[in-house]
Amino acid sequence: MLAFLGLDSLTHLFDHIPEAVRLAQGLALEPGKTEPDVAEIFEGYTKANRGQSSLLTCFAGAGAYDHEVPAVVKMLGSRSEFVTAYTPYQPEVAQGVLQALFEYQTLVSRLSGLEIANASLYDGATALVEALNMASGANGRSRMLISAGVHPHWRQVVRTFARGTGHEIVEVALRDGITDWSSVDASGASAIVAAYPNYLGVMEDMSSAKQLAVANDALLVLGSDPVAAGVLKTAGAWGADVFVGEGQPFGTALSFGGPYLGLFACTADQVRRLPGRIVGETVDSNDRRSFVTTLRAREQDIRREKATSNVCTNQTLMAVTAAIQLGWLGTQGLREVALRCAQGTHYLFDELRSVEGASPVSSQPFFREFAFRTDHPAAQVLERMANDSVLGGLSVAQLTNGGDGSIEADIENVILVSVSERRTRPQIDHYVEVLRKAVR
Amino acid sequence: MRSKALPGGRAASAPLLGHEMEPTMFEMSVPGRSAYQLRTTDVPERSLEDMVPAVHRGEAQIEIAELSERDLVGHFTRLSHRQFSVDLGAYPLGSCTMKYNPKFCDAVAADIGLNGVHPATPASLCQGWLELLVTLEEKLCVITGMSAATLQPAAGAAGELTGLLLMRAFHEANGDVRRRVIIPDSAHGTNPASVTLGGYEVTTIKSNERGLVDLEELKAALGPDVAGIMLTNPNTVGLFEEQITEIAAAVHEVGGLLYYDGANLNAILGVVRPGDMGFDIVHMNLHKTFATPHGGGGPGAGPVAVSARLARFLPGPMAARRDDGSFEWRTPEESIGRVHGWHGNAMVLARALAYIDVHGGDGLTRVAERAVLNANWLRERLRATLPAAYDRVCMHECVLSASALKAKYAVRGLDIAKALLEEGFHSPTVYFPLIVDEALMFEPTETESLQTLEALAEAIERIAARAASDPDSLKRAPQTTPVSRVDEARAARHLIATEDAAHRSQYQA
Repeated sequence: MLAFLGLDSLTHLFDHIPEAVRLAQGLALEPGKTEPDVAEIFEGYTKANRGQSSLLTCFAGAGAYDHEVPAVVKMLGSRSEFVTAYTPYQPEVAQGVLQALFEYQTLVSRLSGLEIANASLYDGATALVEALNMASGANGRSRMLISAGVHPHWRQVVRTFARGTGHEIVEVALRDGITDWSSVDASGASAIVAAYPNYLGVMEDMSSAKQLAVANDALLVLGSDPVAAGVLKTAGAWGADVFVGEGQPFGTALSFGGPYLGLFACTADQVRRLPGRIVGETVDSNDRRSFVTTLRAREQDIRREKATSNVCTNQTLMAVTAAIQLGWLGTQGLREVALRCAQGTHYLFDELRSVEGASPVSSQPFFREFAFRTDHPAAQVLERMANDSVLGGLSVAQLTNGGDGSIEADIENVILVSVSERRTRPQIDHYVEVLRKAVR
Repeated sequence: MRSKALPGGRAASAPLLGHEMEPTMFEMSVPGRSAYQLRTTDVPERSLEDMVPAVHRGEAQIEIAELSERDLVGHFTRLSHRQFSVDLGAYPLGSCTMKYNPKFCDAVAADIGLNGVHPATPASLCQGWLELLVTLEEKLCVITGMSAATLQPAAGAAGELTGLLLMRAFHEANGDVRRRVIIPDSAHGTNPASVTLGGYEVTTIKSNERGLVDLEELKAALGPDVAGIMLTNPNTVGLFEEQITEIAAAVHEVGGLLYYDGANLNAILGVVRPGDMGFDIVHMNLHKTFATPHGGGGPGAGPVAVSARLARFLPGPMAARRDDGSFEWRTPEESIGRVHGWHGNAMVLARALAYIDVHGGDGLTRVAERAVLNANWLRERLRATLPAAYDRVCMHECVLSASALKAKYAVRGLDIAKALLEEGFHSPTVYFPLIVDEALMFEPTETESLQTLEALAEAIERIAARAASDPDSLKRAPQTTPVSRVDEARAARHLIATEDAAHRSQYQA
């Protein structure tokens, strides 16, 4: 090949790069290893992860849940046609991914009760950032009222990106687990943002948030648990303009937090401001039903500095997997999973009454997650429980960087716990015993 | 015939199998069918009414679909037959680095010891993950010549915006208000979009006749209000910015920072490092350079590495090594905050580390050498058919132009791209970069063999011959793919983004 180019050494291909910046000695990395040798290095990492779900029974949630992912979903989702494809820029050879995304958009639209869904964003947190950008694009305002019931990490991410957009982020504190909307002046608000159920598991009545949005001509943005959406009122039914969510529960493993799946849906009148890709139906030149990425004029590669979002790569594989997982669950299965999560969580809640010193943080109705206090620091309690093979939940102090408007007192001692449909009664009973021991 | 002389003969990509229309899962739904099976838990049953107050209960059941497992497998397998992929054949999509994704890296990520870890697991219980992240950060810094890196950004564009927020934090910490970021006209569209979201204004500078940054034009655009410049090097025309040290000096002179868009990092691995060229901020696309599979459009991962003076602004928390050899989470003093809900696309990060370990320093250098060799071979091989926009040694990709074919036969770059699909190859990137007329951007990557490149070249020659003999057939191409050319205008004019909208639209018609 070199001879064809009239060269006698590979290095001549780089002759035009100034000598002054060239690496003289190559990279200061070890030489390449064989795959079995690297596998051994990775075995070291996996062994050091004592917290993996095969060793500890997972009761942690906060947007990342230990749901059933059956073999059929894993296998279909790892087909190399889906895994090793690029963005469907050539629809004639990408109908597989495009149709799967069309089905995914349909599912997200139904779960959200809103007309339009996009083809995915990075995760729930960044989807919320895009929702705020959509709101300010819609009404030209930049004041964002965000309930402290929204996942603490999502609020932290929103604050980070507000450095660039200049959005004013106003957090609205919780009282007994419920957003105290009356405590803020909502005038000039661009968006009213709440979570449903909120990150502490509480189902808040969203009509007050909706009233506030209507009264101030702001968009209502709801961050919802998509599993709960299987039985609860949809975002659309509450009158939301935008729905965002974390789609990890649909077929994606815990994965140490990523890649996850940013769900995004909105009302039809906002479609021109929709971030990311959207797949639409059309026909081919032989009049056959076909799918294609559409409304491309919104996207960054065409609008450049006038684009309202810079999203290009998204989480297509997780979206395709979500469509497969929902296809596996079906209409009845989704309902059943939601119901069983709620049943397990309520069973644990009732059993915790027998643990001295453990008390719920809120008296409000919850769905599949709740927070409780003990007399000891949460981090310490969780470490002790781990010694008995239980991942007992999350430290809310850690989640909130030491506290925010979501918890009124003793945040150091608050644990957030969730029970998925995979947890058995003996496992829940074991949790209670282990906790009793840990707080003694 | 040239190809017959090659050992191994002619490599060919296979056409897709899926020529039958596939109904949607909603159309396939049959009441009463189901696939799901859940664990027996013995948890006491309670009614929804008992747990959820009426105001919260959904009014109508949400319809998903009712399918058997066999239905489900058939459906998604048939869809997969309608989808081109790297595993099937060459994917010379310029700027996207669609190299082969080693299966070993996927296997590593499938281990429950990695993917079965909850992201909020206490640090003492996920030491392996923290060590993996620290190790990856260290190696990415060696590769780029930088001091520290955040692994949180989920994709290249997320990395860009993170980098711009770091730029902003740096200037603000110096009490320095700056307004503009300079971008060459050859840049990816994500660059200007990210600049706007970072709260800056874009100043576009024109490329010179050699396809490079025009140093005089740059100097004229510089001033004390310039926060920095975003550059891709090699740039999107596949050419190395030879005056990079002069560019860096000029930008630093006015107090600006240099941002390196890592989209084309594959070209320079082990040859030259962004840090040594004077860049202050670098994002990488692990799904390009480090071979993590692109998943049909994502997930990616877009870590951002910075020079020492910017490290204190990086997003947190970051995995960090303690003196005793154990690991913990640490948030830099003046951190801009989180840019991801958890720790970034962790499973993508794990795959990239496995790829780096297998290749090592020597292997990564070979990656760049071979990627550049392949691109130059293809450029030279197609000289008579599709001349290069800039006729000299390119880096990992070559931008060819169909403007001669357009002038002669009214055949456009898009027609050639579509006809390549009939030949069993994926198309190159078309009409980008914007500064080249009828651009066809080929990036063969280092993983395609000489046999494959030869087959690709012959396919392009056949298409060029058709341009002369039967140009109309190219305008109708592709016909042998699962669907023929789709009506994009119709999709945009009348948006149907869900099955429910499709039904409404049928009802109205």
